[in-house]
Amino acid sequence: MPTFRFTVNGQARTVDTEPDRPLLEVLREDLQLTGTKYGCGEGQCRACTVLLDGRPIASCVTPIRTAQGGKIVTIEGLASGAALHPVQQAFIDEGAMQCGYCTAGMVLRTAALLEQRPKPTDAEILEALDGSLCRCCGYPRILAAVHRAAVQSPAARKEASSATK
Amino acid sequence: MLPNDPREPERFELREGPLYTFEVDRRDFFLTLGAGLLVTVYATEAGAQTVAARLHLGDDGITTVFSGKVEEGQGARTEIAMAAAEELGVPLSKVRVQLADTDRTPNDGLTAGSRTTPGTIPAVRQAAAAARKALRQPSEWTILGKPQWHLTAREIATGEHKYPSDVTREGMLYGAVLRPPAYGATLESIDLDPANKLDFVTAVRDGDFAGCAARTSYAARKALETLTASARWKTTPQSSTPTLFEDLRAKAKQRVEPLAGKTHAAEFRTAYVQHAPMEPRAAVAEWSAGKLTVWTGTSNPFSVRDSLAQAFHLSTSQVRVIVPDFGGGFGGKHTGEAALEAARLAKAAGKPVKVRWTRAEEFMWAYFRPAALIDASARLNAQGIIESWQFINYNSGTAALQTPYRIPTRQEQYIPCDAPLRQGSYRALASTANNFAREAFMDELAAAAGQDPLDFRLAHLHHPRIRAVLTAATERFGWARRRKEKRAPNHGIGLACGTEKNSVVAACVEVEVDPKTGAPRLLEIVEAFECGVLLNPANTRSQVEGCILMGLGAALREQIEFENGRLKNGRFSAYKVTRLRDVPPKLDVILLDGTEEPSAGAGETPILAVAPAMANAIFDATAKRVRALPLRAV
Ligand code: FES
Ligand code: FES
Repeated sequence: MPTFRFTVNGQARTVDTEPDRPLLEVLREDLQLTGTKYGCGEGQCRACTVLLDGRPIASCVTPIRTAQGGKIVTIEGLASGAALHPVQQAFIDEGAMQCGYCTAGMVLRTAALLEQRPKPTDAEILEALDGSLCRCCGYPRILAAVHRAAVQSPAARKEASSATK
Repeated sequence: MLPNDPREPERFELREGPLYTFEVDRRDFFLTLGAGLLVTVYATEAGAQTVAARLHLGDDGITTVFSGKVEEGQGARTEIAMAAAEELGVPLSKVRVQLADTDRTPNDGLTAGSRTTPGTIPAVRQAAAAARKALRQPSEWTILGKPQWHLTAREIATGEHKYPSDVTREGMLYGAVLRPPAYGATLESIDLDPANKLDFVTAVRDGDFAGCAARTSYAARKALETLTASARWKTTPQSSTPTLFEDLRAKAKQRVEPLAGKTHAAEFRTAYVQHAPMEPRAAVAEWSAGKLTVWTGTSNPFSVRDSLAQAFHLSTSQVRVIVPDFGGGFGGKHTGEAALEAARLAKAAGKPVKVRWTRAEEFMWAYFRPAALIDASARLNAQGIIESWQFINYNSGTAALQTPYRIPTRQEQYIPCDAPLRQGSYRALASTANNFAREAFMDELAAAAGQDPLDFRLAHLHHPRIRAVLTAATERFGWARRRKEKRAPNHGIGLACGTEKNSVVAACVEVEVDPKTGAPRLLEIVEAFECGVLLNPANTRSQVEGCILMGLGAALREQIEFENGRLKNGRFSAYKVTRLRDVPPKLDVILLDGTEEPSAGAGETPILAVAPAMANAIFDATAKRVRALPLRAV
């Protein structure tokens, strides 16, 4: 079986596996990183979002071969030590979770958005998050968390942003 | 499979026989019986529980509260911790909550029907208060009644929390289950050899069950493909969406005489919808020394334990069901399918097995919110007051069947039908259908009486709590003023109210209707809700918002389509649940603190008002009556 090398949350990883296995399953089953969730397996809910080279992707429809040589960040790698990423903190402070199953994907999409657009407009937030489903329909609290994270001091985010790279 | 919980006699529950009848170990079962070792342990009723069963003070000074309830996002864990901390007089950080473990927690029944707040919370408070010998009054509260987000928020935000689908055991395999091509199909034959020849694969057939387990989900899917290829099925004709409502009427178990005289009458229809929680059904099963342990996401842990014991011919003490906080249920996870499947595969493989349903499986094989066909008719007197009322619900159930309006002569009835799909509970049960039909019909009657919809309701409404929420919502919305103003083209306003589970709701909305498609868009909603004394206002507000937006999905688009027993839209790309762009620009929730009333749950009733209010607003915009969910002005 072919060998794939990439980094996950800053750690070098090597996996021997079938090239068409979804990244989501390699993360969850081979690397025991279960923070990334399965919601649909068809790229339609974004519960499985991870960052690949800084870009948010649906890991359920991303074959592992695409990750060759890439830098992957999952929800487990967003905080630096005990210090949460400001987006995680904003989701906690705004109570932006009911069952929380969509939270990892929402947090990573938001972190990636703020990286690109530190002060996103409502249209940009909609564009970035409309494909992320929350069946508990906690959207109002999620929006509040995105806004809270967006107004936080750029310095705080800058420090955290090293985590998303 | 699951009998009704005797504590909740009003519930409309999925009733069906055992999901699987396994042959495995049948001989052992008789041996066990012969040896007289069959022990039946049934948990005690909530009322008879002692303090010791509820509370345990650890050496570390932390009190653990035990409850058989589950956490699926509704906030039970935090509410229980708050109640215990309040009565024990300790900070929240000194309380831990152990939920739903059939070996360790009392049986608090099914987590549904908004029963945790009025049922379990008093039990926890009384146990804690008994430890201190005094129950605190709401005016003395320092923890309850204050806003508190989920205690597990940090574990969730960091990805540390283990949902049922995240549970991992040493040597665990991943399972995949062979599904019939259509409802009603039975397995005639299958060749397991090609799958069993694959490396590290175990395939098994037991009656109508067939599946396999392998070292990765990927390998399990590959093995499943070989099972699918060789499986021969016997199918029978099944029903299809286009004739659904005619079929329901034809299959109704009773006929009703229509109201006599000159009446207003209308027929209402609501579609089959799927709960589609973000986490599909999942379970990990492990056999060890004859004992079965299963981690799974279900609202009914003790009942799932009993069905596992029944399916595998075990005593209930040989089965342990543990429910980690799971990814949403909405009334759709009262059963234990994945638990049974994982346990059967684990038995065959001799290793722990995880079964996590795919989204396609969750759409097709989980049970649905029943479709409803409702006949409403009424007679008005010369003063425009309703003097007789007939309201017949076919197929969907009794919740909120009775009108809260004062009407001298009423006939309200639920008539079961032979349902074409597997159907069961949903958030707020049949009240979503009953309240939709009733509130839309009230608007039709108001128009027939030449009255404003609000005035017409108030003329029939003596229920002080509904009047209070109706007044709060209409005043905030500016109903009286906005009724007199000219609306923009294709814009309309509407209102609706309702009650269920001892809580009350009213909403005013503004919609815009697409003149080409007839599809509405929600621009504004003001919803007032009251559920007695508020235990956790922050969580209540979240639940109300979630209900409004979940109800919005069913109002806008959600509708299961099926053809001869196959789903046509069992995917998120085809079955469009509420998404961010649907959230109205103005969403205003008013929580009235009903300090005179006992606390009631908030996860259901707030869903009742949005759909009928929108139907009424569509009429205001287009002069077209909309009598079906999802809503289209046609
Ligand atoms: S699980 Fe990947 S998009 Fe839904
Ligand atoms: S919080 Fe449950 S799906 Fe978003």
